Amino acid sequence: MAGALWCVVEDDRKGTPKKVMAEVLGEAARLGGPVEALWLTDKATDDGLKQLGAWGATKVWLLEDAGLAPYRGEVWVPPVAELASKESPRAILAPVTSRQREFMARLAARLGVGLSADSVALAMNGDTLVATRPVYAGKLLSKVAWAKQPWMATLRPNVFKPAEAQAGKASAVERVALTVPAAQMKLVERREETSTGLPELTEAEIVLSGGRGMKGPENYVILEELGGVIGAAVGASRAAVDAGWRPHRFQIGQTGRTISPKLYMGFGVSGAIQHLAGMRTSKVIVAINKDPEAPIFKIADYGVVADLFEVVPELTKEFKRLLEK
Amino acid sequence: MKILVMVKQVPDTATQVKIGSDGRQIDTAGITWIVSPYDEFAVEEALRIKEKRGQGEVVAVALGPDRAKEALRSALAMGCDRAVHVNDPALAAADTLTTARVLAAVVKQEAPQLVLCGRQAIDDDMGAVGAQLAEVLGWPCASWIMEETVDGDAKSVRVGRQVEGGLEVFELPLPAVLSAQKGLNEPRYPTLKGIMGAKKKEIKDVKAADLGVTSVAPELSITALEALPPRPPGRIIPGDVKDAVKELVRALREDAKAI
Repeated sequence: MAGALWCVVEDDRKGTPKKVMAEVLGEAARLGGPVEALWLTDKATDDGLKQLGAWGATKVWLLEDAGLAPYRGEVWVPPVAELASKESPRAILAPVTSRQREFMARLAARLGVGLSADSVALAMNGDTLVATRPVYAGKLLSKVAWAKQPWMATLRPNVFKPAEAQAGKASAVERVALTVPAAQMKLVERREETSTGLPELTEAEIVLSGGRGMKGPENYVILEELGGVIGAAVGASRAAVDAGWRPHRFQIGQTGRTISPKLYMGFGVSGAIQHLAGMRTSKVIVAINKDPEAPIFKIADYGVVADLFEVVPELTKEFKRLLEK
Repeated sequence: MKILVMVKQVPDTATQVKIGSDGRQIDTAGITWIVSPYDEFAVEEALRIKEKRGQGEVVAVALGPDRAKEALRSALAMGCDRAVHVNDPALAAADTLTTARVLAAVVKQEAPQLVLCGRQAIDDDMGAVGAQLAEVLGWPCASWIMEETVDGDAKSVRVGRQVEGGLEVFELPLPAVLSAQKGLNEPRYPTLKGIMGAKKKEIKDVKAADLGVTSVAPELSITALEALPPRPPGRIIPGDVKDAVKELVRALREDAKAI
């Protein structure tokens, strides 16, 4: 009997799985299942467990202990490694988030298997898995294969088709008895970012990005206003971040966040390679730039050659008008 | 305090990359090589720790072919004291885990109190070696750090780790592995004196066997490199701003169904 496909749960740290888990669970089902969730948390909610079932997890391995929050690799890896050696999953999948990237790497080292990070496609080739991942600033795609199971991969958010939630479909919850190792790392504090009220950059379905053409930090307010109307996150290019106009957490690109929204709109963004590296897997790309020669027009699905300071207020007005209808 | 910094030589972001004749690696002809930007943050931080303490040693470590020496020279020119170059054709297809095992063997020989890496190398973007190195060593690890303070007696380090929605500040006992995120610092440019001095600094060549690493078979292999699928041709929407915006919004809703 083939081992299961484990999906490591990313949650909101309050007991609810993030919606990116629908994508991971959906992909595990397409690869043939059985689909099982693996959830490490200090507190799982009943609704959260139901949600995993609705997204197709037939079983949830629940590792619930106060010692598991906040995430530290040294306390997460040993119990999961022990469980994996007992249960022999065929694959272990997780979404790309700051902690999952580190956790999956450590776990792969502990299990002595390969890890395909930031994968954008998974497919079976005979009885073995092949992953596709962008390399060299997204200029090429690399196909990778594993020497042995479990195949471990992290999945880029917003790329894989999410599972449709099916109400009433429930998973068997298996509580794993565990001894959480004593942590050497101690949490001193957690500093919350001031909320913009807009979605998180890597999770947003629509991202507005402001480049050097924004001319200064004071002008991002017009993008935030548009973002508020259409529920978009607001990011920035490296040029704008290096100029000190936006904090680094808003940077899209090679030395910033990698995003793959349904809709990306660049305002005054030239489209340097290092920016494209962070957004070129976006589904629909719109470019607004005064300069008709800006490289971003080469990959844009729609372009408007115009002054962003005229376009943005018009866009806001037009979307407001449509939403009021 | 002794600090090891891991540096990787990668193609410059702006360099054109072409698929090589074997279909699995890039054609390296004509490529401009640089130190991976995140590794520069790691080097800078190591140098700052040493300068702040007024004593210590910073050793740069790279795994790669002959040309990787240039990356080590850059690190030495910035101010690292010496370098170790793991230069072994047997490691040409090394995956992150093999790399981590080899680097862990270097760490064991050198016995530093701290290892600094970049968050990821900008060629394969795996972002796994730092965490895997920590796992192989059994050391605590903090990835994507934005700030760092080593305590006075070099027994622990306080770091701010970037997570979604905020920063988590942890205290880790040393030795530990840290990986640098952009924002940690602003790397210095090597001075002319630094560049001249770097030529005289020691770069020790080692092979996997010297480190006692015998198994180098990769757990993850590249089976093919492929060009990106072409994007359908785009459309420039003409007209005055008002009309263009109306048409853009219509196209996004009705044609692309993106909003």
